[in-house]
Amino acid sequence: MKKIHFREWTVPSPRYWGVFAVLAAIVGVGLISALYMEHEGHWVTGMNNQIVWGMPHVFAVFLIVAASGALNVATIGTVFGKKPYKPLGRLSGLLAIALLAGGLMVLVLDLGRADRLMVAMTTYNFKSIFAWNIILYNGFFVIVAAYLYTMMEPKAKKYYFSVGVLGGIWRLILTTGTGSIFGFLVARMAYDTAILAPLFIVMSFAFGLAIFLLFLFFAFDQDGREIGGKLLFRLKNTLGVFVAGVALLLLIYHLTKLYGTKYHGVEAFILRDGGVYTVLFWVGQVVVGLLLPIAIIIHPTLSRSKGWIAGASAMVVLGGLAAMYVIIIGGQAYPIEMFPGKTVIASGFFDGVHGQPNYYAPSLPEILLGIGGFALAILATTIGVRMLKFLPADLSDEALDPHAGLKTGN
Amino acid sequence: MSSNNESIDRKRRSFLGKAGAAVATTVVAPGVVLHAAAPRSPEQPVTDAVRWGMLIDANKCASGCSDCVQACEEENGLNLVQMPEGADPEEWARQRPRWIRQIQLQDNLTGQVTTLPMMCQHCEEPPCADVCPTGASFRRADGIVMVDRHICIGCRYCMMACPYKARSFIHEEVEEKPTHTPRGKGCVESCNFCVHRLDNGRTTTACQDACRHQAIVFGDLKDKNSPVAKALESVKSRQIRADLQLNTGVRYSGV
Amino acid sequence: MSSTVVRSLCLAALFALIGGPVVAAEGAPGAIVPGSKAAGLDHCVEPTPYMRRHHMELILHQRDKTVHQGIRTKKYSLANCIDCHVGHDAGGKAVPVNAEGQFCDSCHDFVGQSLDCFECHATTPTPASAGK
Repeated sequence: MKKIHFREWTVPSPRYWGVFAVLAAIVGVGLISALYMEHEGHWVTGMNNQIVWGMPHVFAVFLIVAASGALNVATIGTVFGKKPYKPLGRLSGLLAIALLAGGLMVLVLDLGRADRLMVAMTTYNFKSIFAWNIILYNGFFVIVAAYLYTMMEPKAKKYYFSVGVLGGIWRLILTTGTGSIFGFLVARMAYDTAILAPLFIVMSFAFGLAIFLLFLFFAFDQDGREIGGKLLFRLKNTLGVFVAGVALLLLIYHLTKLYGTKYHGVEAFILRDGGVYTVLFWVGQVVVGLLLPIAIIIHPTLSRSKGWIAGASAMVVLGGLAAMYVIIIGGQAYPIEMFPGKTVIASGFFDGVHGQPNYYAPSLPEILLGIGGFALAILATTIGVRMLKFLPADLSDEALDPHAGLKTGN
Repeated sequence: MSSNNESIDRKRRSFLGKAGAAVATTVVAPGVVLHAAAPRSPEQPVTDAVRWGMLIDANKCASGCSDCVQACEEENGLNLVQMPEGADPEEWARQRPRWIRQIQLQDNLTGQVTTLPMMCQHCEEPPCADVCPTGASFRRADGIVMVDRHICIGCRYCMMACPYKARSFIHEEVEEKPTHTPRGKGCVESCNFCVHRLDNGRTTTACQDACRHQAIVFGDLKDKNSPVAKALESVKSRQIRADLQLNTGVRYSGV
Repeated sequence: MSSTVVRSLCLAALFALIGGPVVAAEGAPGAIVPGSKAAGLDHCVEPTPYMRRHHMELILHQRDKTVHQGIRTKKYSLANCIDCHVGHDAGGKAVPVNAEGQFCDSCHDFVGQSLDCFECHATTPTPASAGK
């Protein structure tokens, strides 16, 4: 195998600064939105006392889940010793840190008392999975930063494997923690199941890899670097396996729920009667997020085109956002069943009168904040690849190990 | 202040009564210690010798009556929370805080209609306190589940976790608030059994006082002689979502 | 809790930088509001210099005791601070303690220290329309 060289992103300055300016502007708009919501209070959002987590949480949870998945590429290279993935490790780590930062920005700026972040960092209730997540997120930053250091600094190379293993394990725990935020909520019919943790883990694999591929393609296209057909083949197959994994876990989740009679109400809501949530589930989460990408990936000719693979990745991202919307908001829209066997016929506080779902319409500032977090992640990654040697100079088949290139799939 | 003294006196009288009974009992059966917690002095922290709780008799709760809701809103200053200028009234109705509400249920099979007030159930194992990242949501030694607004960061995870939808988030700046119920933008709150009354020696909640139908009985569940303990002993009652095994402090009969 | 330490340190630094001695010697501008109960007393619940430096600790300590242990003794309670230090306008109506030039505001404004209590706490003894 030839030695892999890394080089800064060498697009011409005007183009770099153009990308920079656009992303920075989107981040800026997101921050202004957050400031507006913080100043006015949450009444300017679509969130209310029934739907307490809204659009910011859709984006934040998506980004946090994707962050841990983005690290997957590096883990495959380090822990499982897949050589073609090793040159991608640096970008994988960088993107993971950036996505987590973007997600946390959204999450933190949506807090009712964002000014008390210090309290959240210093006062812990260790029975809370949320508190554990704060520790897991902070640890993730530190470990991935160290991981990147072992990749980029020859003197630290001897720690590369062990730090890589730690990172791999840590991110699995992190996504388990994120999934458990919902899984442990016994009160709500849509959650209350341990299967949300593994579901979130496979989702993280798929979302993270999809964003990784989109960024890789974009960056390589812009400064004319080459990605070999064999590597591409591997990567898209990996994405296919992950997306299929999501489909499987999603199927198990709904089958489990359908089996228990007490969950029939919520299942009927999401799958059949939920209006916008039902549409988002079938069209967004299932068709766009799972079926179409799988179809593209297994298609004999389309799957050879970088453009189509990018398209499939974009669909996985969109489907992922839809999935988050269905899980987070759809899960709250279905009224809590406090009185099994009885119908609420009147309530002074929206208890799902005659089974009516809780109402939520996302407001513009919420959406802008979410997109701002996304933009922050991409902006940070863009700055990173411009300033330091994160991107491999060449990923053509000749540049990579010919033996590794012969093995197809993963 | 005068009402304060009255309630202390009332408590002292009932305490003396209990002491008398205890003396009488010890004559009959020496060594038997009757449970009769002495009133707490203002400097003493609350202890688990007391557990505040409530029995709600849905058979007595009248359809269309909202006296308890009104009383709660006045007592805890919820009526002082104004709709923000420019807000949509329909949306605001979903965002305004409420500690207690009336719910009407119809049995799917029999068609029987039940009316009941719903509020924080003051669980012994409160899910809201379990999930709270900072410990702002907590259960006091005497069984009251409440929010320490000083360390609440407004994440609303407790609202996600509460099986009773008992909590409200303050969606706007609040101009006016009572001294005993502070309230501000960005924190979560819920029924606290009128904790300011209890701490000042009173033994009733505003909703209980307001109920013309005597549907609400409040008191110390651990004091065998308290009205609530006696009522719970004599009538059939249940917990809402008993399947969660939260051991709620609020029990219902006739549901 | 560390934010309190940071705050105290900032406060101390500010005092050292911008005329702490002046405050100590002459009192902050307009500290005790004329006509308030406090104006008729020799000193606060503790000696004045102690209160100036440590009132926030006393309030913080009492806050935790009140919320978590149900101890509502008056001496160090915020409600008591307000009761005693609140001023009144010409019509006899209570003026919020954090209004410009009032007791809390005058000092906090002078040292440039933000005042968080009243984002939630009442600023006058008992608002007219509140429950008993």
